[in-house]
Amino acid sequence: MTSKKYDLVIINGRVIDPELGFGKDGHIFIKDGKIVKIETDSASIRNELKNLDEHQKIDATDKLVVPGLIDIHVHLREPGREDEETVESGCKAAAAGGFTTVCCMPNTTPRIDNQETVKFVQDRAKDADARVFVVGAVTKGTAGEELSEIGDLVKMGAVAITDDGQYVQNAEVMRRALEYARMFDIPVMQHAEDQQLCAGAIMNESFESTRLGMKGAPAVAEEIAVLRDIALCRLTGGRVHFQHISTRLAVEAIRQAKQEGLNITAEATPHHLVLTDKEIGKEFNTNLRVNPPLRTEEDRLAVIEGLVDGTIDCITSDHAPHSEEEKDCEFDLAPPGMIGLETTLGLIKTFIIDKGYLSWADAIRKMTYNPARILNIPGGTLESGAIADITIIDPNKKWTVNAKKFRSRSRNSPFVGWKLSGQVYRTILGGRIVFER
Amino acid sequence: MSRLSSRHLLGLEGVPREDIQLILDTAETFREVLERTIKKVPTLRGITVLNLFYEPSTRTRISFELAEKRLSADTISFSTSTSSVKKGESLRDTVQNIEAMKIDMVVVRHSSSGAPYFLTKCVDANIINAGDGSHEHPTQALLDMYTIRKKYGTLEGLRVVLVGDVKHSRVIRSNIWGLKTMGASVALCGPATLLPYEVEKFGCDVYNNIDEALDGADVVNVMRIQLERQQAGLFPSQREYTNLFGINKERLKRLNKNYTIMHPGPMNRGLEITSEVADGEHSVILDQVTNGQAVRMAVLYLLRGRDMEEGEVA
Repeated sequence: MTSKKYDLVIINGRVIDPELGFGKDGHIFIKDGKIVKIETDSASIRNELKNLDEHQKIDATDKLVVPGLIDIHVHLREPGREDEETVESGCKAAAAGGFTTVCCMPNTTPRIDNQETVKFVQDRAKDADARVFVVGAVTKGTAGEELSEIGDLVKMGAVAITDDGQYVQNAEVMRRALEYARMFDIPVMQHAEDQQLCAGAIMNESFESTRLGMKGAPAVAEEIAVLRDIALCRLTGGRVHFQHISTRLAVEAIRQAKQEGLNITAEATPHHLVLTDKEIGKEFNTNLRVNPPLRTEEDRLAVIEGLVDGTIDCITSDHAPHSEEEKDCEFDLAPPGMIGLETTLGLIKTFIIDKGYLSWADAIRKMTYNPARILNIPGGTLESGAIADITIIDPNKKWTVNAKKFRSRSRNSPFVGWKLSGQVYRTILGGRIVFER
Repeated sequence: MSRLSSRHLLGLEGVPREDIQLILDTAETFREVLERTIKKVPTLRGITVLNLFYEPSTRTRISFELAEKRLSADTISFSTSTSSVKKGESLRDTVQNIEAMKIDMVVVRHSSSGAPYFLTKCVDANIINAGDGSHEHPTQALLDMYTIRKKYGTLEGLRVVLVGDVKHSRVIRSNIWGLKTMGASVALCGPATLLPYEVEKFGCDVYNNIDEALDGADVVNVMRIQLERQQAGLFPSQREYTNLFGINKERLKRLNKNYTIMHPGPMNRGLEITSEVADGEHSVILDQVTNGQAVRMAVLYLLRGRDMEEGEVA
């Protein structure tokens, strides 16, 4: 007899739920896109499982079962650069990387600074393989001058605002943005790099930039930008989320501001956690050009420390697709950015979990529960009644990053050819399997 | 015949002492060729060299072209103004198209650091860096070292002061690596705003005071000051630069007796160096230009020689 009681059951997995604190083997029962219950193994449960068809079951023996991963810093390039990525292809990449929710940045062409463009992206995301939440622009055209119609953006569903790619350089504009955004209880996501100090920079300022004769972005550009916004946060009571923190002194500044009780959160990317500026001179690989730039080993370790002690709340990919044509050039002429959705999990497992910096539970918290809370979006939990967004991870699976296998339309990853441990096994979106290996 | 350890010359950082020695020794032979009535040898007959200049250059391009012609190579030169680069063709496409016309060696000047390295990934030709961004300009440093060695017989133990825009100078970077490898002691001097971050990590003595830098030195290599640096606000005025860092006769008193004045050109007379010093008896500025040909002949010959049968130099 076929049970209609459940659509899908994930059996024998090791369930990690940052909120429930569950870390045991168990079975997750799914019906109508929602989690009905999680049960540990017992005679009665085994009996219940017997009544299920094989196709209703996913055997997750030796696998980790976690809430669907959430990446709140992704560039989907649509509208404008559909050759590099579309909402559809970006969401396929997300699913392949274990992400069930992504937040897309507004620096598209045109910018996402009005209701129509928010709606356009939302429509494109309707049948996609991941949930897409839109982040709107702080200022019209992300030009840093006039506030966009933030109320309109929020009404249409924008979950935050940012001029990502650029710092809101004008302190007065940022002050108003923080005050205004407070009315809607959304954070301003800030790309914290002083534009004047970074003008023309193509890598981190260090002996590496000195040696290579390249214009460097000084670490102090990030620190100054962060400190200014901390001060504005204190003044306005607004909420800042610092994107891709990359320097020791910025981590330190955020740590202190949090101790003071200010409404501040921060993220770090796998590339800043794994790579340093020493990589650039080896082959001038344009996929290593990114903003903020790859920093020194000291900075890298400080960002990891911030991740460990909670100064850094979440991990994001800053997935930034660029066409092969645009990246196949001189280092300083390449646009900054690298893709990351499909490598984030493996990099975090290999270089953060395996190195003993974070437990699986803590890492998963920073990729699920924490980012969901920062933006007040659903997800990050496996409790009964929650949407069945679930990622199943083969925790020790060894694999090699292969550019040909990327679901993203772009290939601009410096990690191609790297051997990683830990890979997505299944991604389930609202009870539907959107990725399987 | 000894061989270079690489088939390209991209910079002097990391280039072994033996390679530099070999280039300077080989240049000695070609320097002699330049004194002959017929200044031409058949060494690179049948070899085609492309001079690919993405930045304006007079002396480096002419020096390479002459070096190639004196080695009997076939040469072709182009610069951005006459190529299809302006139509938006990529560096890869440009060089691959030209290589398809059977080019053996490429001499490249480009405003991007690392562009010569990029070319090694695009084509099979030997690549010679004729200046990439603010990164390296290895043949200039080699000819500087050749000129110094010719005068003193060695580089070992000499004190060389490099004066000017350390931040943006590829000539200085290549000189630092080469001179240090050959056992010279290197001092850097320039305004604090034209010294790059963590400059001390080059392992040189660094000065903001020109008189201190010159004290007890053997060689002063004066770099051209780009006027746009002043426009970018990196120093207040040309007048102040000259006052603080300009090389004049008065300042030379601090140098060792048998001192040498160098400048890679083109000079801003009266700005970074006075005419009196530039044209004085200790100046080897025009020797540098002549020696540059011999050094470039040596580099072309040695790089191509690695890929050819061994043969007589001249």
